Amino acid sequence: MAARALINVPPTAKRGEIVVIKALISHEMESGFRPNAVGQLIPRNIIKEFVCTYNGVEVFRAEFFSAISANPFLSFTTVATESGTVTMTWKGDNGFFATESVAIAVE
Amino acid sequence: MRIGHAAAALTILAGIVPAGAEIATAQRKSGYDFMARTTQAMQDGDTSNPGMLWVLDGAALWDRKAGAANRSCADCHGDAPTSMKGVAARYPEFNATLGRPINIEQRINLCRADRQQAKPLPYESKDLLALTAFVARQSRGQPIAIAEDEPTRRSVETGRAAFVRRQGQLNLSCAQCHDDNWSGRLAGNPLTQGQPTGYPIYRLEWQSLGSLQRRLRNCLTGMRAEAPALGAQELVDLELYLMSRARGMPIETPAVRP
Ligand code: HEC
Ligand code: HEC
Repeated sequence: MAARALINVPPTAKRGEIVVIKALISHEMESGFRPNAVGQLIPRNIIKEFVCTYNGVEVFRAEFFSAISANPFLSFTTVATESGTVTMTWKGDNGFFATESVAIAVE
Repeated sequence: MRIGHAAAALTILAGIVPAGAEIATAQRKSGYDFMARTTQAMQDGDTSNPGMLWVLDGAALWDRKAGAANRSCADCHGDAPTSMKGVAARYPEFNATLGRPINIEQRINLCRADRQQAKPLPYESKDLLALTAFVARQSRGQPIAIAEDEPTRRSVETGRAAFVRRQGQLNLSCAQCHDDNWSGRLAGNPLTQGQPTGYPIYRLEWQSLGSLQRRLRNCLTGMRAEAPALGAQELVDLELYLMSRARGMPIETPAVRP
């Protein structure tokens, strides 16, 4: 099954308010260091990059490495400036790509 | 050397706690109550609880036609929040046709085989965990309601006998940890009462969702006892005893556990 993401952005906020954004995605995050049953290393398969944009402007970025857990969960903040769209993308090994967008209304 | 710690900790604890009694109803506590606040918060939020990823997969499978019958679960059972509410809180349930109790995974696989005419899903497969999590999620908040009829009671007794029986190279019983010493700690971690309220659970140590039987096999391995294969009747009977011991406690599926 394709990757599933659960994201949480408050649907409405006051201008200037600090809002918490949460992002959870399904991914095995295979570290590349584990041997399989016959002793060969299982190839690394991780998410390497997460980017969050707010009306096209990057507001948060994270690099992931082998020690990050499976199904990584991120929580971060930004300032609500104007109504628009918050977009998150995850990129990783083997061409992994996932994206989610959600609207935020700012009064 | 976790086992070494386990044995040492128990030797210390064994002297101070009276053995052999079941936990009084008013004293029962879910594993949730022993967790750190951050782990509780992870379970509480539907967008922070990783178990919800499986629930979403399960919702998609619920609507997908499968097998020679080309039917989906939804074709027969309709809207899951209505038709599946409280169902998982009754399982394991005695199945008259088979003459033995079956757990919720086995109940789902009966429908896979008989109603959809599809291959049963392997235990601990992503799809079976997803369907189980989705079905059990519909019982969240519902009190555990194991039947009290005669055939159920007989299997509960079999499960209880296994729970109090000393076994394995460490000569331990489940009850020594989960009835007699649940307020103690083992190698720094709370022992807890071993209540089965949140299955399938997202266990941080597993970095995945897993069934109650997987959890029981973990404990059996820790006791250096022989762990029956997934799906074995011994494990179903243990599940049934644990669920009857937790009668009335609310279902938390999908719970998060350390
Ligand atoms: C062709 C119709 C049909 C399909 C398809 C079907 N079921 Fe069922 N299911 C039934 C019937 C009828 C029962 C009643 C028990 C029985 O089998 O005698 C039942 C019982 C159940 C129960 C137990 C309910 C209880 O109250 O104890 C569960 C859980 C369940 N089904 C889940 C599923 C799931 C999950 C799927 C899809 C993988 C599914 N079923 C597909 C017809 C169906
Ligand atoms: C040496 C002590 C010990 C023994 C013996 C033991 N367990 Fe456990 N058990 C633990 C620990 C530690 C945990 C993890 C903490 C927790 O959740 O309780 C655990 C967890 C559990 C859980 C999960 C509880 C939850 O909140 O999800 C169940 C159920 C359980 N055990 C049942 C059993 C059964 C059945 C047996 C006997 C076959 C058994 N245990 C034997 C120590 C033990």
